Amino acid sequence: MTMDRRTIPIAPAQPSGRSAAFEYISTRKDELIGWARKFSIFPYPFVTACCAMEFMSVSSTPYDTDRFGAALPRFSPRQSDLLMVVGTVSQKQAPVLLKVWEQMCEPKWVMAFGVCATSGGFYQNYAAVPGIDRILPVDVYIPGCPPRPETVIDGIMQLQDKIARQKHAIVTRDF
Amino acid sequence: MGAEVFDRVKSRLAAREEEASLVHGILVVNLAPGAVREAAGRLRELGFDMFLDVTAVDWPGREPRFDVVWHFYSTTDFVRVRLKARVPEASPVVPSLTALYGSAAFMERECHEMYGIGFEGNADLRPLLLYEGFVGHPLRKDYPKEAEQPLVPYRD
Ligand code: SF4
Repeated sequence: MTMDRRTIPIAPAQPSGRSAAFEYISTRKDELIGWARKFSIFPYPFVTACCAMEFMSVSSTPYDTDRFGAALPRFSPRQSDLLMVVGTVSQKQAPVLLKVWEQMCEPKWVMAFGVCATSGGFYQNYAAVPGIDRILPVDVYIPGCPPRPETVIDGIMQLQDKIARQKHAIVTRDF
Repeated sequence: MGAEVFDRVKSRLAAREEEASLVHGILVVNLAPGAVREAAGRLRELGFDMFLDVTAVDWPGREPRFDVVWHFYSTTDFVRVRLKARVPEASPVVPSLTALYGSAAFMERECHEMYGIGFEGNADLRPLLLYEGFVGHPLRKDYPKEAEQPLVPYRD
C-alpha cells in the first residue's frame, strides 16, 4: 500500500496526559538547564605561551570571574567543561591538545584565547598550528595579543549566552 | 684583559693571521671542518670550559653553502671564541664535540634537524624540537614558510 503524504497525521489525535506534560517541560527545560550550566563553567586552562600572563591577570581578584561561575580551574580535563586554549599550539603539541579535548566529558565547550589559538596569529611556519579550529571545534574566539581581561570577560559572557541558547540533550522522555 | 687570552688562542688555533679576527669583542676563527675537533680540544685546555652553542648559517647560492658556527666561553677569563667552518650542501658533515662537551649533544641534535648538518660521532641525532616523520629542514632558506606538516589531520 502506498501512503499518501497528506494523510499522515502531524500530531497524535489523542495526546496522552504524560506526553503533554513532557512537551510543556521540554519547552522550558533547555532554558532551565542552560541557566544552570552557564553559571557553573569549570575551565581547564591549556596554557602554552605568553597569553598565560593575561590568563593570570584575568583570574586575579580585580576581575572576579567568580561572578560568572567560571573561577575555579580544574586541573583534570575529565572534571572540566570549558577548555581554554591559551597561547600558541605547535604541530607537535596538537595530538596532546586533541587528547585533552577527547578526555573531557559532555557537555564541553572550547575557548580560543588570543590570536595564536584563534588563527595562528602572526605565525605562519612549520611549527605553529594556524588556529586550533583546524583540529577541534571552537565555541568562542577571543581576539588580542594578548587579549585584555575585559575582552576575556566579554568572551565568557558570549559563551554564557551561547550556553543559555543551546539545546541540552539531557531531558529524555523518562525524565 | 681579554687581549692576551685572545693572543694565546690565536697562536694555538690559527695557522695564518687572516684566519682569526676580533668581531664585537669575540675572537672568530675560521677553520676547515676537519680541524674543528682538534681546535675545540685546545680551547678546552685553554680554559674554555663552557660550550654555548652550535648552529649553522645557510647561504643559498654560495658554495660551500653552509657555515657551521660554534661558540665557547671561558668562565675563568670571561671571553668568548667563535669557530666557523664551511661545509658543502652535498656532504654537510662536521665532527661532533660530544666527547669534549656533553652539552653539545642536544645542540647538535637541534642543528641537525633544523639545517640537516651531520655530526660525525654523535650517535643520537633523533629529532629534538621536531617530530618523527618531519620531512626537510625548516631553517634552510629554501624550506617554504607555508609548508605545514600536521600530526593531526585538519578538520574539513
Ligand atoms: S596571542 Fe600574543 S600573547 Fe597570546 S600566545 Fe600568541 S603571541 Fe603570545
